[in-house]
Amino acid sequence: MIPVAFDYKKASSVEDALAALAEGGEDAKLMGGGQSLVPVLRLRLNAPSVVVDCSSIPELKGIKDEGGKILIGAGTTHHAVMNDPAVKSSLKVLADATASVADPQIRHRGTLGGALAHSDPRADQPPVALALDAEFTIAGTTGQRTVAAADFFQGPFETAVGPDEILVSIAFPKLDGWGGHYEKFNRAAQAWSIIGVAAAVRMEGGKIAEARIGLTNVGGTPHRASAVEQALVGASSIAEVEAASMHASDNLSPFADEDADVDYRLHLARVLTARSVARAAGIS
Amino acid sequence: MEHLKVTVDGTTYQKEVEPRTLLVHFLREDLGRVGTVVGCDTSNCGTCTVLVDGVSVKSCSMLAVQADGSEITTIQGVSDGNDWHPVQSAFKECHGLQCGYCTPGMVISSIDLLNENPNPTEAEIREGLEGNLCRCTGYHNIVKSVQRAAELMEGTKS
Ligand SMILES: Cc1cc2nc3c(=O)[nH]c(=O)nc-3n(C[C@H](O)[C@H](O)[C@H](O)COP(=O)(O)OP(=O)(O)OC[C@H]3O[C@@H](n4cnc5c(N)ncnc54)[C@H](O)[C@@H]3O)c2cc1C
Ligand code: FES
Ligand code: FES
Repeated sequence: MIPVAFDYKKASSVEDALAALAEGGEDAKLMGGGQSLVPVLRLRLNAPSVVVDCSSIPELKGIKDEGGKILIGAGTTHHAVMNDPAVKSSLKVLADATASVADPQIRHRGTLGGALAHSDPRADQPPVALALDAEFTIAGTTGQRTVAAADFFQGPFETAVGPDEILVSIAFPKLDGWGGHYEKFNRAAQAWSIIGVAAAVRMEGGKIAEARIGLTNVGGTPHRASAVEQALVGASSIAEVEAASMHASDNLSPFADEDADVDYRLHLARVLTARSVARAAGIS
Repeated sequence: MEHLKVTVDGTTYQKEVEPRTLLVHFLREDLGRVGTVVGCDTSNCGTCTVLVDGVSVKSCSMLAVQADGSEITTIQGVSDGNDWHPVQSAFKECHGLQCGYCTPGMVISSIDLLNENPNPTEAEIREGLEGNLCRCTGYHNIVKSVQRAAELMEGTKS
């Protein structure tokens, strides 16, 4: 299908984009890589009056190693994120989750910021940002503010980014020396997660000393499995990892859909958490 | 209307386009380059794949205006005159196609894959082509074609 007609504005800076959003009012729509937005426009599920393209704003692109953290511009493509040496060595779980998104063509254009701002309940990067306590820098006409991951994801397709605001960058605390893994469960190539589990684990003397775990597609927003994180401390065997992972379904009330009913989702949450942690920790 | 300047398969074009024009429609309808085809409405099938500034993208999931200033290669621009691209030759030799509808996208995605990884394993080929669907071949001969293309391209280096 052909999208409904709209005006197009190519923004050259964050200020430029903010001004275009303010001018466009309610029906203005920001575009990153367009890999969620163009399909939506094509199906006429959304009909903005003006599309503000921020895909060529230099300050939104790039990955900076800032000592204790890695700062990723919102407009950095999935392809750039998953191939970045600093991301691969200090944020393996993010590199893994990003490599599992869609397919090479979509990863060439889709951006980390676009995926996080879109916040599809099935998306693979939001649970990583939540588990790793990423910090989101958001720009508005009155200046910039920082939002913690725990406050960023507010509902399906709903985040702390207001309609007149722009997500500028995401800062991830570096996890040097940690193991990481993203366990994605789906039925066919290129398909979305039925459930995905992001795990990062720090080992000390053969035992798990610290763990961070986030799940996708078990509710409207990504889920932090805090009870599993606590129960894993001290675990060194697969039996202990599996026992701790039983808590992955604590406080979950997932939905049923064509892929999985509620009981099956709860089962998958437990099994895939154990699998993901075991891989991240190198325990078999 | 927005002004657009793009180079497609070596020729530079300047056109006025409506912002809502998808790149694939611009290529087919404004430039008459119909080698690139549309196979779905959901950004899944990959048959519309072209190279934009050297990397594969789905031309149905990009606005034509976004391609302003870039260089595009479609299936119609991969051969060197009458000399086929090694990936094209390999698809012919290994029967990497049946109806041929997915082939423009398969060939472009294979070129992108081999650019990034000249010696892919079978698993890497299958994963690298996950954005391209084929309803006929069962993929087996497509994988063989990419393996053969890797050999042919290895031979052309030196
Ligand atoms: C066939 C297909 C399969 C896919 N499979 C997966 C998958 O398996 N897993 C997965 O996680 N994702 C998947 N995706 C989604 C893909 O990851 C998109 O790239 C991503 O969701 C959106 O990123 P984008 O930069 O293209 O955003 P856009 O499409 O440009 O924008 C998406 C939304 O975010 C907003 N936005 C964009 N940038 C910003 C910004 N800087 N600040 C504020 N708001 C912004 C836009 O206004 C829009 O509402 C798939 C998409 C397709 C088409
Ligand atoms: S036409 Fe199917 S992905 Fe572009
Ligand atoms: S050859 Fe017919 S779709 Fe691939």
